[in-house]
Amino acid sequence: MSAIPDTSERGVAGAGLSSTGRGHELRHKETANGDFAGDLLEVSMGPQHPSTHGVFRMDVTLDGERVVRLKPVFGYLHRNHEKIGENTAYLASMPYTDRLDYFCSLTNNWAYALTVEKLAGLQVPERAEYIRVITAELTRLQNHACLGGFLLQDMGASGTPLMYAFRERERILDLFESLTGARMMCNYMRFGGCRCDLPAGWLEQTRQVVDEFPRFLDEFEALLNENEILMSRTQGVGVVPRELAINASITGPMLRAAGVNYDIRKVDKYGIYDRFSFRVPLGEHGDIYDRYMVRVLEMRESLKILNQALRDIPEGPIVDPKARLRGFKPKPGEAYGRIEAPKGELGFYVISDGSTNPYRYRVRPPSFINLTILEDMCLGHEVADVVIILGSVDIVLGEVDR
Amino acid sequence: MLGEGIIKGMGETARNFFGSYVKEDRLTTVQYPEERLPQKEAARNFPFLVYDGKDWDKGLRCVACQICEKECPPQCIYIVKDATKKPDHIGKMQFQAKVFDIDISVCMSCQICVEVCPFEAIKMDVEYELSTGDRFGQLLLHKDQLAKSNDYYRKIHPTEAAEVDARMGAEKAKAEAKAKPAAATSATPSKP
Ligand code: SF4
Ligand code: SF4
Repeated sequence: MSAIPDTSERGVAGAGLSSTGRGHELRHKETANGDFAGDLLEVSMGPQHPSTHGVFRMDVTLDGERVVRLKPVFGYLHRNHEKIGENTAYLASMPYTDRLDYFCSLTNNWAYALTVEKLAGLQVPERAEYIRVITAELTRLQNHACLGGFLLQDMGASGTPLMYAFRERERILDLFESLTGARMMCNYMRFGGCRCDLPAGWLEQTRQVVDEFPRFLDEFEALLNENEILMSRTQGVGVVPRELAINASITGPMLRAAGVNYDIRKVDKYGIYDRFSFRVPLGEHGDIYDRYMVRVLEMRESLKILNQALRDIPEGPIVDPKARLRGFKPKPGEAYGRIEAPKGELGFYVISDGSTNPYRYRVRPPSFINLTILEDMCLGHEVADVVIILGSVDIVLGEVDR
Repeated sequence: MLGEGIIKGMGETARNFFGSYVKEDRLTTVQYPEERLPQKEAARNFPFLVYDGKDWDKGLRCVACQICEKECPPQCIYIVKDATKKPDHIGKMQFQAKVFDIDISVCMSCQICVEVCPFEAIKMDVEYELSTGDRFGQLLLHKDQLAKSNDYYRKIHPTEAAEVDARMGAEKAKAEAKAKPAAATSATPSKP
């Protein structure tokens, strides 16, 4: 008995938790017969941990295997993106937006371009709008496919689903490379259009990739959807209730998995999304399985959009003739532009004072805001579940830390 | 039945595994460096300076206008103007760069310098095996390392280079057409 140190104070004062209001839960518990006093264990998961999708740290307080408290710690990848945006020309921030969510550089480009177009009143030509939709939906396909793979990787399905997803992603990245010159850091969209026109044969290659993608999806679903291990690990785990999701301004597939019908492509109809017919998949339970399924179904809807866009894309110019590369000075004013990025609502807020640099440049990153309810999702679950809950949020640390 | 889903999934992996022996599209690995994928025409890595003709120093198209230096987002270009001028492709006297350095350890391959350059002087290279043992010195490329011939440019980006050549040829033809009457008028003094 005396070998076990008296920990009745340590769990609270030692960890400095008494002021958080949850302190009373954190006191060590005595078992019914009173002879064993378990101590709370604080584990620092990350920042270099393969499950944290980048340099992200979680201070997890554990009672046995159960999580009683979780504190996310981030900022390891902070690059001062927003402040740099205020100190460079408008165009010079465009390549930096690639590095926000480096999986989806084309949607990041679009969100920023959309904001500045609002600010400067530029008109995007028809063909450029179609190119934007095509590239954005391809981005969504590869992001969701990889997220499925990563989620399974976190669950212990070492490699296989991820490899299949990466094989498909590679085809899409090849398309991006032949269009923009880079696989990930595309830097392709410009204020008022796109940087260059589609190279010869690009549309045919894209059509082929789009036609072959359903086969991958069928395989992926056959591999995973009814897998008992996947179901028992994910169903009922990491539930986000509807109200919490709305109150915490969660967006993207996470919100829709909770059953809220909110897709900015439908709500705002930015670009030319009003021309395409597609549905918004919704979940019911808000657990990890629903988040996974919503993404799989979203890929099918993206394919529908792609088929329509590839059919209808017109010829024509790709950039507004009023747009200028050098000496671009929008009139004073402010604009907030947002799009449905694969991870959620990606918004840019830009204030112009009429000079060459923005006066204020602010990013609303979906990964960061979706991460704020991580503790609510994890409490009461086991530490192995924390890893997959985090995986199902779909974060990219480039965007969380900016 | 419990386990049915897992067996179905195993069937998929088996299909992929055996498929990789018979079908090209299931086997996507490339054994670098023995095998290499073909370069995409639009591929870009780090910028280089284009020169015309044989002598790289004389043929450099850059006129040291320093626009790229100003617009480069991470500010990795460093230019010092030379006091002497040299003729450009249409025979106009232009400044030249005494120092033109690009720190490719900072460069983020964004291509903005290429887009803003009004003289088609800086283009994107496709070279990617650039590792060195020295982090600082060898990644700071000087003018002589950056200079590459127009033939090289035509080789790596044929479509783009053909457009540039056509544009510059047209400019040259226009300048010559303008120079001829000007030469003719200056040859016959108009003073009575
Ligand atoms: S490379 Fe082009 S933009 Fe840069 S200094 Fe030379 S001429 Fe000017
Ligand atoms: S590619 Fe971009 S970062 Fe590199 S030198 Fe040109 S402008 Fe600067």
